[in-house]
Amino acid sequence: MRLSVDLGLCQGHQECLAEAPELFGFDDDTDQVVVRVPEPAADQLGAARAAVKYCPAFALSLED
Amino acid sequence: MIPTVSTVLDDQDPSVPEIIRGTGHLPEMRVDPISLFTRVREECGDLGRFRLADKDVVMVTGAEANEAFFRAPDEVLDQAAAYPFMTPIFGKGVVFDASPEERQQMLKNQALRGDMMRGHAQTIEAEIRRMIAGWGDEGEIDLLDFFAELTIYTTSACLVGKPFREELDSSFARHYHELEHGTDAIAYVDAYADIDSFRRRDAAREELVGLVQAIVDKRIARGVSTGSTTEEREQRDLLDVLIRIGMDVDTITGVFISMMFAGHHTSSGTASWAMIELLRHPEAMGEVVSELDELYADGSEVSFQALRSIPVLEAALKETLRLHPPLIILMRLVREDFELLGETIPAGTLLAASPRVSNRIEADFPKAGSFDPSRYIDPRQEDMQNRWTWIPFGAGKHRCVGNAFAMMQMKAIFSVILRDYTFQAAQPLDSYADDFTKMVIQLQQPCRVRYRRRSS
Repeated sequence: MRLSVDLGLCQGHQECLAEAPELFGFDDDTDQVVVRVPEPAADQLGAARAAVKYCPAFALSLED
Repeated sequence: MIPTVSTVLDDQDPSVPEIIRGTGHLPEMRVDPISLFTRVREECGDLGRFRLADKDVVMVTGAEANEAFFRAPDEVLDQAAAYPFMTPIFGKGVVFDASPEERQQMLKNQALRGDMMRGHAQTIEAEIRRMIAGWGDEGEIDLLDFFAELTIYTTSACLVGKPFREELDSSFARHYHELEHGTDAIAYVDAYADIDSFRRRDAAREELVGLVQAIVDKRIARGVSTGSTTEEREQRDLLDVLIRIGMDVDTITGVFISMMFAGHHTSSGTASWAMIELLRHPEAMGEVVSELDELYADGSEVSFQALRSIPVLEAALKETLRLHPPLIILMRLVREDFELLGETIPAGTLLAASPRVSNRIEADFPKAGSFDPSRYIDPRQEDMQNRWTWIPFGAGKHRCVGNAFAMMQMKAIFSVILRDYTFQAAQPLDSYADDFTKMVIQLQQPCRVRYRRRSS
């Protein structure tokens, strides 16, 4: 599964950092999220799904 | 060629106020916008045209057109110029909306930041408990009056600051409601026309300026907080900051009105409609109540849980938002010719997207007219699957930055009231309806429900 962010949509809420701190970072210059783990391991998928679901900007995707 | 929607209300009809005779579809939009917007899609498809006075409007629906609409930069599609009815409410010199960059900056520095939410959740829980403190064992409320007042307190406390909120009472909510009611679409011809709802709007704004003036006077007499000590920093709110930079009271009032605007009628309407839909669907109400009972059985706090997953309640709220989006039309002024689905939309056109119509596209939301919270449960996830047509919060660059705040607030409200009380309609279930005759949609009164304290 591939985790990605659409930077045209990210508004810098940082909810994903609360849901899955190990998968995301934050770029203070652009105020946008950085995907640190583009291919989460099986035991990280739950957190990745929660991050995608609770992104207030619908900016995250987790796809095959 | 983009087709034009049919006309069902002759713009010269004697029922049409003189000031908007000959303005194309404006008279219809002013009395029955849902029928107009729905017909645009039915008759014209993804791109359809109608006319508001001297403005050509192109309304887009469907994922592809919506995505282009929501992704376009501000230089191309300008939001600020598209809502003439807001200018007299905010006042001159107060911008309609921040640019996407400013919005992001606001998020970073200000009240809507993720790590501020815990404090907001506590504030909101306390405000709800205050509102229901005098309820007793049973009684009746009007949903519009109740939630409109509650959300004045929550938005002012969270966005402006608690010291300011403590100065407010229900009179602020009443005047604010008059402002929201002063959004007649006649503003597309003349936002200062001499009509009753605009006169009441302007009088209400004067009253609000007066209330804020009194608060400012009191604040100055007490000494404006500079935030130089820890105690002062805790006491300080945005009002102190604005007084210190020398802003006049009229502008301060306009800033507060505009900050609260996006979060007020929207949250108030959503809470009301969620209650109505749950009363109309007792099985959904039962599931929500069981979920909450289980969640709070261990004595955990509302302010803690409201920030976390409450899937059944969330699904009911999302479905409420899909069926009853607080904004039914979103507009942009085309600044540069804009290519869309093979058509060129010339500069000067108003481009519109309709959450009300897109949220009910049958192909994306099977049985679109029915209330079905299971749409949001895995694997259907019809909100995520249709991110350009499930648009109660808009989408793209201008997507509502308050949506996490709003969902938290809804979860806190229903966590508190559904654990302590059961509710019952106080009028026929199909008699609850929105008043669509103003651009800011509000519930039609009466919209009463009965409550009764749950036996423990």
